[in-house]
Amino acid sequence: MSAPATSRRNGSGSVSSGFTHRRRRGAELVLLLLSLAVGIGGYAAVGIGVDGEVPTNILGYGGWLALLVLGCHVVVRRTAPYADPVLLPVVSALNGLGLAMIYRIDLARDGSLAPNQLVWMTLGVILFITVLLALPDHRRLQAFTYTSGFAAIVLLLLPLVPGLGNEIRGARIWISLFGFSFQPGEVAKVLLVIAFAGYLVLHRDALALAGRRLLFVDLPRGRDLGPILGMWAISLAILVLQRDLGSSLLFFGLFLVMLYIATERPGWLIVGGLMFLAGAALAYQLFGHVRIRVLTWLDPFAYDSGYQIIQAMYGMAWGGLVGRGWGQGNPTQTPVPESDFIVAALGEELGLTGVMAIILLYGLIVERGLRTALVCRDAFGKLVASGLAFVVALQVFVIIGGVTKLIPLTGLTSPFISYGGSSLVANWVIIALLLRISDQARRPLPEFTGVTDDDTQVVRTR
Amino acid sequence: MSELTLMLIRFAYLALLWIFVLSAISVIRSDMFGARVDSGSRSERRAQKEAAKSRPKPVRRRGAPTHVYITEGANSGDSASLDDAPLLIGRGNDAALRLDDDYVSTRHARIAASGDTWFVEDLGSTNGTYLGSQRLSQPTTLQLGSQIRIGKTILELRK
Repeated sequence: MSAPATSRRNGSGSVSSGFTHRRRRGAELVLLLLSLAVGIGGYAAVGIGVDGEVPTNILGYGGWLALLVLGCHVVVRRTAPYADPVLLPVVSALNGLGLAMIYRIDLARDGSLAPNQLVWMTLGVILFITVLLALPDHRRLQAFTYTSGFAAIVLLLLPLVPGLGNEIRGARIWISLFGFSFQPGEVAKVLLVIAFAGYLVLHRDALALAGRRLLFVDLPRGRDLGPILGMWAISLAILVLQRDLGSSLLFFGLFLVMLYIATERPGWLIVGGLMFLAGAALAYQLFGHVRIRVLTWLDPFAYDSGYQIIQAMYGMAWGGLVGRGWGQGNPTQTPVPESDFIVAALGEELGLTGVMAIILLYGLIVERGLRTALVCRDAFGKLVASGLAFVVALQVFVIIGGVTKLIPLTGLTSPFISYGGSSLVANWVIIALLLRISDQARRPLPEFTGVTDDDTQVVRTR
Repeated sequence: MSELTLMLIRFAYLALLWIFVLSAISVIRSDMFGARVDSGSRSERRAQKEAAKSRPKPVRRRGAPTHVYITEGANSGDSASLDDAPLLIGRGNDAALRLDDDYVSTRHARIAASGDTWFVEDLGSTNGTYLGSQRLSQPTTLQLGSQIRIGKTILELRK
């Protein structure tokens, strides 16, 4: 291990040891009640805006939402008392906002997506609770490094199985089972984070120090980088075959950032950026669907496929600074407003003010994830937390950037808001893992009676 | 529903959304600056230690461990009372449990109590401290009879 790396790690360790985190469960409860007001208030406002009256099932709906969220709170109180107090309320608010918007779209189209989404949210909460109960210590996941890597690849391959896989809107990323369609890639991203983290923790010193230096990057030896590169190349190849642009981008970025965090070599970002540019140029030449995406982005009016983005832009423009108000806009003018373009629908009804609040909430999730990684005492936890935070960050950037025409549109869901069960469930699991790691990280060390005077106490992280 | 009511609802909702965002941020803020910083408490803790020494020994609960016993290795049969906790284990002269074992570091591990629970902590030894087959990376709780392996020596807590 290099000397500067060691001292830096010890430095951060001493900061966290002189600093005792409080539990803050009361603050979490207050924030949760506020977040319920956001969710249920949105639901009521939709009813008033569309039908002129509060929805008749507001008590049942609100009660169910409150039951789910407060159930989570009780479980966190019991099993992860030192966990971060902000994550759960932010997620609950985003989920409530999404449900209200989906209900609003339902009212405009006589659909029944909102009850489905509530069922998926219930499933997500059940999984959230299961993870917290079944996993008392996140370090146990390190034992499943290769298992989860393998499982991720199997999950990614599932949609290619004939009879099981399902092609919707040009991307073959769904599987149908018992009448439910599911997107295995959403779960695979969590598994890949665990696999990358487990591998990089063991091999980061070899990756950072052994090997030859080329230009400004220390190239690692093939046998150190090989397995992880293989795992990543396979998942990327599968996604390219399935024409899932958004997820390919997500996995590429995730791999690069985790490698950077593990080895502390900024050169990786330069190499990765160049690889991304080369890959993007190649994909532009090779694949028609990539070229159409880029051309539509540059000039949406020239292509039929630009209709969706044009409608979304008009919607957001009509929303303006403060929006039309719940139920007062026309979000159904945009095709499929409930999944990829839900942010555009929210922009139309809540305006720039509302969308800024939503982006800030996502930012808070990412910040708390990275904060957890900083405070965390073991390297595996650091890598998993920063990887998960980065997954959320990149996903939000790719989809909101796409909807607002900052970057070419690629299909990804807005975490917690978009309609779609697999994404919702997977994101709840991500939050459960982050809470588990933050509980471990913020928990004070057991205090010894009688401390010897050695300041040079070394806490091995592995 | 009148236009005015709808407008009021619209602004009330945006206000609610931002109140939520701002209160979440204020919780983060108080989490950063409001946490109890116990720097300089080292002297306090030492004072507490001194006080604890002068106080008569607390009555131990029945079933609580009283000594560490060496079951295997060059020093097998030796034991040390837990009343002198924290116990330093190692090859050095200042160790409460001196082990004549080439695989043991000078200051190898420490056994200490926090409340009623006993912990073993590795002090950055070369060959590690094991509980069962698990190499310790952080202070770990000890049960009665759980076997700590240090080099070729095995120790356990006994009544």
